[in-house]
Amino acid sequence: MLGIDDPWIWGVYVLCILSALLCVIYGIINWNRGGELEALEIKEEAW
Amino acid sequence: MNLLLLNIIILIYLLFTLYLGYRGWKSTKDSEGYLVAGRKTHPYIMAMSYGATFISTSAIVGFGGTAGLFGMGLLWLTFLNIFVGIFLAFVVYGKRTRKMGHNLNAMTFPELLGKRFDSKFVQYFSGIVIFLGMPLYASVVLIGAARFMETTLAIDFDVALLIYSVIIAAYVVWGGLRGVMYTDAMQGTIMFVGMAFLLLVTYAHLGGITSAHQALTGMTHLVPAKLAAQGHMGWTSMPIMGSSWWWTLVSTIVMGVGIGVLAMPQLVVRFMTVKSNRELNRGVLIGGVFILMMTGVAFVVGALSNVYFYQTQGNISINIAKGNADSIIPVYINAAMPEWFVYLFMLTLLAAAMSTSSSQFHAQGSAIGRDIYETLTQKKGGGSILITRIGILVAVLIAVTLGYILPENIIARGTAIFFGLCAAAFLPMYTCALYWRGATRFGAIAGMITGTLVTVFWYMFIHKAEAAPLGICKMLFGRDVLIAQMPWPVVDPIVVALPLAFLVTVAASLVTKKLNYRHLEDCFRGLR
Repeated sequence: MLGIDDPWIWGVYVLCILSALLCVIYGIINWNRGGELEALEIKEEAW
Repeated sequence: MNLLLLNIIILIYLLFTLYLGYRGWKSTKDSEGYLVAGRKTHPYIMAMSYGATFISTSAIVGFGGTAGLFGMGLLWLTFLNIFVGIFLAFVVYGKRTRKMGHNLNAMTFPELLGKRFDSKFVQYFSGIVIFLGMPLYASVVLIGAARFMETTLAIDFDVALLIYSVIIAAYVVWGGLRGVMYTDAMQGTIMFVGMAFLLLVTYAHLGGITSAHQALTGMTHLVPAKLAAQGHMGWTSMPIMGSSWWWTLVSTIVMGVGIGVLAMPQLVVRFMTVKSNRELNRGVLIGGVFILMMTGVAFVVGALSNVYFYQTQGNISINIAKGNADSIIPVYINAAMPEWFVYLFMLTLLAAAMSTSSSQFHAQGSAIGRDIYETLTQKKGGGSILITRIGILVAVLIAVTLGYILPENIIARGTAIFFGLCAAAFLPMYTCALYWRGATRFGAIAGMITGTLVTVFWYMFIHKAEAAPLGICKMLFGRDVLIAQMPWPVVDPIVVALPLAFLVTVAASLVTKKLNYRHLEDCFRGLR
């Protein structure tokens, strides 16, 4: 596959692209999440 | 090559870098600004700064050259760089680090650990490990930059090293972490553009993805007999499992650096510079793509340089580079790329080196000022920042001195040594600090000392690549290594030191006194 015979090598070639894709998808899904924590933290702090 | 044009381009770049350093200095009012950039960093700046600090000339020149020697098996390191170094680092470690760092008002990695375990020893011992261990890593980054300046700008290596160091010292000392992160983001952007072009031009040169890979697969018979005897099976195959070549690739290069990134002090501190988890979520997207374009490209191009050199000069990369893997990428760029790209790549490498060096010097300076001086003397404020600035200058001097005396072929190895040391010394304690309330002060100290000592012992007496040149084992016992039976001389310390340090941390925590309940409530406020 991709001109490479060893599955350990073409496998990791694909895995690298998939892991970067995972980061992209995670970033898009959570793009606006987590910001609400900031306001919550300020309230919590006022502990 | 038009040296005048290249020098003008570099001068403009350096002036812009100094301007961003000046902007950092202008907006830094206190130690929080100097050490954690005021905790309000933009997600793009944070993610690019993390990535640009992570990726240096070590990754591009050192490990890219190593890929020219080892082949595409190094892509396992790229996978770990993305999945562990970005995804797990941001999602599993980063969010809790940010919150706990905020809860404890920690401004450095050792301070976070010291305050979490309510131990000054943890803080200053970590600071000492960083200050003593990081110069090796800092100097190999300097060497990578200076080597390329030497081959491209045709200037003396020593002069290149000196010019480069003075410029970095100037903006790190005055600009603090804010200046470092502003310049990192700009440098990371240049790196992204440069590496994207490098990948496209290389594949275009060799007839596309599949035919380039096929050509490399067809070169297996060209593997030097000496390397084949050690387990090298070609540049598109993994080495023979269990061979010395396999152990070096898997344990030192892939695991040492791939896991060690989680406990790198200059990267962990980035998590404490943002105000909420939203910035970290966005950083995952930017960081994942950035790292793929950095190490993914460097390793693929490094391996494919063999095809280019064989087609044009009838020889493989390591022979063209006269046996020095650190020279493979610079020689390939100068031979295979159009002149305008050499200029761009020169800038890419300079940016990669400067963004990493600046963070290394900042981490070393803060280790001296904040973690050692402030902890031991109990003095805070302006004096501590002054000591941090002096610490940065001392770190620069040590790195430059080492840059003059370290041998060839040291870039990738020097990086792996520091990453491995950080993993063994800090990762067990850091993981337990974030996730286990039952971890005790004694457990943390025992694990940290175990990881540090086992790593140092292994390098001095077991791991042949370091033990033989150091000569301590030879002097004491009359032989290069204590255990000559394979595979031990090629097993990296991280394989032994990291699990052992984890075991000791957990075991010692189970049998020693727990930390005060209220202290733990303080640490874990807002964390489930």
